[in-house]
Amino acid sequence: MTPGIADSAEQIGDILRAHDGLEGPLLPVLHAVQAAFGYIPGDALPVIAQHLNISRAEVHGVIGFYHDFREEPAGRHVLKLCRAEACQAMGADRVAAHARDALGIGWHQTTPDGAVTLEPVFCLGLCACAPAALVDGRVVGRVDEARVDALIAEVRL
Amino acid sequence: MRIYVPLDSAAKALGAQEVVAAVKAEALRRGLEVTVVRNGSRGMVWLEPLLEVDSAAGRMAFGPVGPGDVAGLFDAGFGAHAKALGPTEDLPWMKAQTRLTFARCGVIDPLSLEDYQAHGGLTGLRRALGMTPDAIVAEVTDSGLRGRGGAGFPTGIKWKTVAGATADRKYIVCNADEGDSGTFADRMIMEGDPFTLIEGMVIAGLGVGANTGFIYSRSEYPDANAVLADAIRLARAFGLLGASVLGLGPAFDIELRIGAGAYVCGEETALLNSLEGKRGVVRAKPPLPALEGFMGRPTVVNNVISLATVPVIFERGASFYRDFGLGRSRGTIPLQIAGNVRRGGLFETAFGMPLGTIVDDLAGGTATGRPVKAVQVGGPLGAYFPRALFDTPFGYEDYAQKGGLIGHAGIVVFDDSADMLAQARFAMEFCAIESCGKCTPCRIGAVRGVETVDRIARGDAAAIPLLADLCETMKAGSLCALGGFTPYPVMSALTHFPDDFHTSAKEAAE
Repeated sequence: MTPGIADSAEQIGDILRAHDGLEGPLLPVLHAVQAAFGYIPGDALPVIAQHLNISRAEVHGVIGFYHDFREEPAGRHVLKLCRAEACQAMGADRVAAHARDALGIGWHQTTPDGAVTLEPVFCLGLCACAPAALVDGRVVGRVDEARVDALIAEVRL
Repeated sequence: MRIYVPLDSAAKALGAQEVVAAVKAEALRRGLEVTVVRNGSRGMVWLEPLLEVDSAAGRMAFGPVGPGDVAGLFDAGFGAHAKALGPTEDLPWMKAQTRLTFARCGVIDPLSLEDYQAHGGLTGLRRALGMTPDAIVAEVTDSGLRGRGGAGFPTGIKWKTVAGATADRKYIVCNADEGDSGTFADRMIMEGDPFTLIEGMVIAGLGVGANTGFIYSRSEYPDANAVLADAIRLARAFGLLGASVLGLGPAFDIELRIGAGAYVCGEETALLNSLEGKRGVVRAKPPLPALEGFMGRPTVVNNVISLATVPVIFERGASFYRDFGLGRSRGTIPLQIAGNVRRGGLFETAFGMPLGTIVDDLAGGTATGRPVKAVQVGGPLGAYFPRALFDTPFGYEDYAQKGGLIGHAGIVVFDDSADMLAQARFAMEFCAIESCGKCTPCRIGAVRGVETVDRIARGDAAAIPLLADLCETMKAGSLCALGGFTPYPVMSALTHFPDDFHTSAKEAAE
C-alpha cells in the first residue's frame, strides 16, 4: 500500500530534521528520501525547499543533475552494468547488448513486469575483474552472457 | 586457526562471501575453532578470493579459492593443495613492490585500531602532534608528495596556502570520487586500511588549522562506504576523532558524504559545489579552493591516496619518502592494472617503471592471449599509448611529454580487437553524458565530437581535420579537465592508430 500524502510529508519532515545542523545538507537529504521511498516523490520538493530555505527550482535542479536520483520508482531490482573502458576491454558492450536483449529493454528502462531496471554505470572500481555489475548493491565481477542470464533468473525469482 | 578472506569489493565480486560461508560451515562441521579475519586485498585480483592462513612460516596464500575448494583445503590441513601459493610475502608480485601507502592493506583487519597501531599506525600522527603547524606543512613539502588524483599539484604548497589563510573555519576535503575507469586504489585503501586515510586527514587538519573534514565518496562504492562509516565511528570512540585528537591535539572530526553518480564531481570545484548541496557545476579558478573552497572558506582538497600517504611520510620522514622516484615525481605510486590483462591488480612502486614493463611483465600481457594494441593510462581522459611508446617511464612530466597523463595511475589494456575509432567516439560520448554544462566547448563540443567521429566512420575523411580542430577548441576553452582532457584519448587514438580511422573510410568507399 502506498503511504498517504500526509504520512509521506511526516516521514520527509523526520528526514529533514535528522539532517539539521549539517553544512550543505541537500545531497544527504535526497539520498535519505530516496532510500525511504525508492525515489524522490514530487510532493517532497516543496517540503524540502521550505525546510532548507531554498527554492523548489534549486531542489529540482539538483535532482536533475545527478544520475542517481529518480523521480519515478525503479523496478524491484536494479541491475547496473559498467560501461567504462576497462570493462569495454573485456567485452562489456557485448554483454550489455545481451542483457538488453534478454530483458527486452534499453538503458534506464524497467521490464513490463516491474522486476528489473537496467542502468549503465561508469566504473565500480572492479576494473581488474571486468566486466563488472552491481545488482541491488551487490558487486559482481567477470560478468559474461551466462552470468547475466543467471543474475536475471535470480532477481526474477 | 586464523583464516583471512578479504572483504575487498573485488574479492566479493569474485565470490569471497561464498568462500567465507563455506569456511565457517566446514569449521563447524569438523568442530574446529576458526577465526575468520576479513582483511583488505593484497591487490592480486587475478588470485581473488585469496585465502590466507597463519602459519609458523608466516601467512600462507591459497587462490583463487572457490567455495568448492574449501573442504579440500581443510583436508590438506592448509598445506599441499592445488591452490597453494606458498608464503604470501614471497609471491613475486608482493616481493617486487615498494608498499608504503599500501603497507598495511591486506595485512591487517581494516577495522582494528589495535592491528593498525601494531603495524605502525598513528606513529606519524603522534610525531605530528609534537610539531608546529609550519613544520608539519614543511615536512609534506619536503617529501615531494604531489596530488595523486591526477593533477600532480605539490601537496605541501596547497597546505601552505590554506595554512596561511585567515578564516573562522577551514576544511579538509578528501576527494574520494574515484570515477576514472581503471582505477581502484582509493577504493582499496578505504576498504583495506581506512584508518590511514583518517590519520592523514587529521595530520592535514593539524597542519593547516582545520577542525572539520569531509570525505566525498561515491554511491558506486557501497562496500567502501560501509567500511569508512564504521572506521569513522571507531575512530571517534577511540578519541582519534573528536573534541581533542588523541587527547593531545585540537578538535577534528570527519563526515562521510556520498555523491550521486556524477563523474564531474571528481573535479575539485564541482565536488565542493556538490558538497554544499548544489549541482556539481565546475567553478572558475581563481579563487582557488585553498582560499575560497567549501562554503567560501579555505579548504584543502586532496585525493584519497595523497592523504593516505601522509602518515607514512611522518612515520618514516620526508627524506625517506623523497628518495624514491625520478625527476619531480617523488615517492611511490600505486599502479592499477586493469582491463584485458592476465594479471590485474594494484602494484605500488617507485615512479619510473616503463609502461612496457608494467604491461608485459607485471600484467603478463592480455587475458585473451591476443597482442596488446593500446593502453589507456589515466582514466577516460587519458591518452591511448601504442607499443611504440612503451619505453615511457611512469612519471608526471614523462607522460605529459608524450601527449598523455598519468592521472590516478589507472592502466587499461586493450587487445588487437579494439577499434580505436570506437574508443574515440566513446570518449566524446562520455564527455557529453557527464559534462556539467558550464563550458560550451565541452557541453556542445562533445556532442558535435560524437557526430564528427560518426562522419569519419562513414568514410568522410574531410571530418578528420574538423575533429582535430574541435579538440583544440575543447582543450583551450574548457574550465576543467573533463572538456579540456577529453581530446587526449581522442587525439591519441587518431594519431597513434590512424588505420582505424582510415580503414573504415576505405570500407565505406568499397
